[in-house]
Amino acid sequence: MEKFDKVISTAVPLPNEDIDTDQIIPARFLKATSKEGFGENLFRDWRFDKDNSAKKDFVLNDSTYSGSILVAGRNFGCGSSREHAAWALADYGFKVVVSSFFADIFKGNALNNGLLPVQVSDAFLAKLIGAIQTDPSTDCTVDLNDQTISFDDHQEHFEVNSYKKECLLNGYDDIDYLVSIKDKITAFEREAITI
Amino acid sequence: MGKTLFDKVWDAHIVHQIEGGLDVLYIDRHLIHEVTSPQAFEELKERDLPLFRKEKMVATPDHNIPTKNQHLPIKDALSKHQVDTLLKNCEEQGVELYGLGHPFQGIVHVIGPELGITLPGRTMVCGDSHTSTHGAFGAIAFGIGTSQVAQVMASQCLLQAKPKTMRITINGELKQGVLAKDVILYIISKLTAAGGTGYFVEYAGSAIEALSMEARMTICNMSIEMGARGGMIAPDQVTFDYIKGREFAPKGEEFEKALDFWRTLYSDQEAVFDKEYNFSAEDIAPMITYGTNPGMGIKITENVPQHLGNGSQDSFLKSLSYMGLEPGESLLGKEINHVFIGSCTNSRIEDLRIVADYVKGKRKAKHVSAMIVPGSKQVETQAKAEGLDQVLAAAGFELREPGCSACLGMNEDKVPAGAYCVSTSNRNFEGRQGPGARTLLASPLVAAITAVEGKIVDITAHLN
Ligand code: SF4
Repeated sequence: MEKFDKVISTAVPLPNEDIDTDQIIPARFLKATSKEGFGENLFRDWRFDKDNSAKKDFVLNDSTYSGSILVAGRNFGCGSSREHAAWALADYGFKVVVSSFFADIFKGNALNNGLLPVQVSDAFLAKLIGAIQTDPSTDCTVDLNDQTISFDDHQEHFEVNSYKKECLLNGYDDIDYLVSIKDKITAFEREAITI
Repeated sequence: MGKTLFDKVWDAHIVHQIEGGLDVLYIDRHLIHEVTSPQAFEELKERDLPLFRKEKMVATPDHNIPTKNQHLPIKDALSKHQVDTLLKNCEEQGVELYGLGHPFQGIVHVIGPELGITLPGRTMVCGDSHTSTHGAFGAIAFGIGTSQVAQVMASQCLLQAKPKTMRITINGELKQGVLAKDVILYIISKLTAAGGTGYFVEYAGSAIEALSMEARMTICNMSIEMGARGGMIAPDQVTFDYIKGREFAPKGEEFEKALDFWRTLYSDQEAVFDKEYNFSAEDIAPMITYGTNPGMGIKITENVPQHLGNGSQDSFLKSLSYMGLEPGESLLGKEINHVFIGSCTNSRIEDLRIVADYVKGKRKAKHVSAMIVPGSKQVETQAKAEGLDQVLAAAGFELREPGCSACLGMNEDKVPAGAYCVSTSNRNFEGRQGPGARTLLASPLVAAITAVEGKIVDITAHLN
């Protein structure tokens, strides 16, 4: 996994609430057996018409907005456990998703792929969306080390699990760790009363 | 201080605790399917890691398979490649696999319980959010992403923050025509699609205890629809009777030994939950959803609301416009062209019996296409042995072969754009059943009655 440090970028606003993983990547695009190429179909049915022409009113097709930070409404990533949603966002070029609330499984999947979910207050989210919409060139800074997100003269602290933070900063993942404690696991298997 | 059922099972599986409050949690059983496993197998190959405990894994294809002519090669090249990849990976690595045509094949959450793989006190995972289904047996079962599938393959463990606990108690007696599906749709409509996020739910109370295992699975299945990682129900005699004699369940003395352990699996009287809700069974009526998340449900006789609690009006109106509905509208009388009965929520033998029982001697409305898809080969075989196939065929219902089918728009079974489908599945997201499809979630009884009437009706007037 790539190391994550600090992201300074303009941001893309998508204020819809309850964006589920079926919108992020519809099921019919889950037939691949590798992790590559999902970005092409990110938000497929919001982004493209049936005849594959780009829908002008969708924010990813609006050249006013760009950047590696997606700013979305509350309860982002609800629904299915498909990690393809995180792969699609990362493959498209997003490094951070900001929302006022994330679904559990999505959050875990994102962290496992170096995509940082930044949970902010509803008030901060509203201000951030307002600022981007007023001035799309607004830069937003996400600093993982300090656990802060800032734009203009606004700043908020965000939470991230300390172990996960270390992983992201150093580019490690859980497999490396779990495989390193195999002896403990084998000992557990011997002693635990599980059926 | 007492322990909750969840605490008992979780704590017994902690291998190690690390900084940041994460637990290394041991996983007793790992179910895999064709969609979320190939990249995990690949990951292990790239890192040159073997499967740590292949005997604790079971595989079956379900999402991406046709439900017609399963004996023929899969037509869609990409789907075929994905299913073949599962076969190849399992063969190479020695993982137990129930492929198409195998008597144990089916939707992964239907076969686990019916084969006796799902047992009280176990921890179970699958790269699929509806793994919550297995909690009906007093197991801790939850969905995981593909990176985690690889972690479990490599170590039989996961790094997890312990979720908070919630208990939902439903006391009283359910009214006639009110099924488990109505109970869970009702709960989600009260708690919203995010109301359970961060929690593991225990369902309790006399109304839950009175339910069959099939019905309990329907409830636990949809825990994820309110954002909860999983749901569970304390095992009792109903559970033990269901397990006894199943293929991989403990037998003889082993079973008795297991029973002693299973009987310790309940929430202690003094146990404290982080959150509690209480509902009265009598308040629950046949339900239906009108919007594009499972929290947008109403009693079938109620009107679509004018706005949605604390959600944004924009998102609410966008959802209604997708569904072709107006705020305040009644759904009664709305013409329906598609009925889908199936999915890991409602495709067990009891669901098929409910439908067959209602449609016996009746006929579906001419303009309705009614598809009924058993959750597994075993369910299909049982239905045929009971003659349900004849009843369903006589009523104009098409009985398919087992799979996820029109629950998600991934295989051949899809609902056309703009069409309404009354569906017994669990998600009504935009495009879930095919691009532009409009899904109304309901119980198998509501689905059966809708198919016969050709429109949405107040089902209480139509009960046999
Ligand atoms: S039936 Fe539907 S919800 Fe269940 S596992 Fe299959 S696709 Fe997922």
